[in-house]
Amino acid sequence: MGKTHNLAKIYLGAVFAVLYAPIAYLVYYSFNSGGTMYAFEEFTWEWYQEVFQDTRLFVILLNTITIALLSAAISTVIGVLGAIALANLRHRRMRNALLTLNNVMLVSPDVIIGASFLILFAAIGIQLGFTSVLLAHIAFSVPIVVLMVLPKLQEMSPTLIDAARDLGASWWDVLARVVIPYITPGIMSGFFMALTYSLDDFAVTFFVTGAGFSTLSVEIYSMARRGISLTINALSTLVFLVTLLLVVGYYIISTRASNSRQVRWGVASR
Amino acid sequence: MERIRNLFLVPYGVWLLLFVIVPILMIGYYSFFDIDGVLTLNNYKRFFSPTYFSMALRSFWYAALITVVCLVIAYPTAYFLTKTKHKQLWLLLIILPSWMNLLLKTYAFIGILGTHGPINAFLGVFGLAPRQILFTDFSFILVAVYIFIPFMILPIFSALEKLNPSLIEAAYDLGASHWVAFRRVIFPLTLGGVKSGVQAVFIPSLSLFMITRLIAGNRVITLGTAIEQHFLVTQDWGMGSALAIFLVIAMGLSMWFTERGRRVR
Repeated sequence: MGKTHNLAKIYLGAVFAVLYAPIAYLVYYSFNSGGTMYAFEEFTWEWYQEVFQDTRLFVILLNTITIALLSAAISTVIGVLGAIALANLRHRRMRNALLTLNNVMLVSPDVIIGASFLILFAAIGIQLGFTSVLLAHIAFSVPIVVLMVLPKLQEMSPTLIDAARDLGASWWDVLARVVIPYITPGIMSGFFMALTYSLDDFAVTFFVTGAGFSTLSVEIYSMARRGISLTINALSTLVFLVTLLLVVGYYIISTRASNSRQVRWGVASR
Repeated sequence: MERIRNLFLVPYGVWLLLFVIVPILMIGYYSFFDIDGVLTLNNYKRFFSPTYFSMALRSFWYAALITVVCLVIAYPTAYFLTKTKHKQLWLLLIILPSWMNLLLKTYAFIGILGTHGPINAFLGVFGLAPRQILFTDFSFILVAVYIFIPFMILPIFSALEKLNPSLIEAAYDLGASHWVAFRRVIFPLTLGGVKSGVQAVFIPSLSLFMITRLIAGNRVITLGTAIEQHFLVTQDWGMGSALAIFLVIAMGLSMWFTERGRRVR
């Protein structure tokens, strides 16, 4: 058994190394004064200075963050309302139909979403730019929020609501003081997922962004098509650090939320 | 109360209608028009012409290859992950790179696979001349597998986690070897996770277009690349829509396949 264990460790280590190698590679060469991704000359901060001095890039970064926060917030509201409505829908057939549509959006390839939104925006006369990108991001984030919140609602015992109502709570009290607090972990992960979906999206944005508006992914794409530039490396180091911070923050929040459960698991596994 | 809950359905319903149902209908509608706006079935005829049809077949072939390679690497990874201490932390570390911007990871491979990159330097140690790795089918599959592997690991990991360990112990008690236990107990019981993983990899691989552009030059044309080309370059929305319809059909089939599998269980 010990032997397989070591093999397992080596295998995991290899997968791990391969997954991180490209990122490490990018970070390493972001400090190269040589200007290429193969011959390391001297250590330099030059590319980072370039990133911070580039006002155009700064505006794009602001756009990206604005779109991500706004779309995550709005899609979380729509998604939570939708999930509550879905969970309470008596009509089984109807609920399944709506859930299928929800899944259609989730599994739809980016190109389809992008192309169909492009047609839609052209048809209803929305100019391509900030608005179209924001609408598109809200649209593709809603189903993931629903997916994160719905299980929480389903695992909630209906007796909780009955008890609250027996004690004289109005529907608003039930919602604000029983349901919402109970599903908050789901809402948080929904919001977080929506945020990362938006920050990460390239394909859909690429379709619905006009000439004047750009997000980070689209900008990186057009930069990368022009060839290697170590400014992109410096940028990726920064993006990676921010991603790391976000994920660690999320991990801390989610483990704190489920801490009591993990303690129980720990006991059970012994 | 009931009425208020129905009110909750309104924004969600509007969203479903406007961004799920209408766009798909519009793609269907546009697929019957050619570039000059004339009603025609030509786009579908063109799809079955040798150029487009072989492109579509090749795209399916690449997607299948990417999915299989992902599965072969991901299953043991997920399995070993469930055996580690602090597995949640390990899992987090494995999926952390998937949260890094997709474009940046792809961009890294332009350097890694380049003529002067480390892979060619490594080959040089064995006396192999620098060769063209970038802009080949191989590089496309490599990068695609790299990008998609966390999405295969994740569902398999959760399926394995849900697996009741006493079932495996029972198999061993009844004299099953490691292989038999895996083939007859573990794998069948985690098939749901495998299916979700396949779904999460196969359809996106069909529709990739930025990897083909950045890594594979124009050597590999997937359905996604073709759709992007028709919508954003040649502006032939009709043909692009017809291609999109086939992608939607492929997606529907794969969803139906995985859903059906789930209902049986």
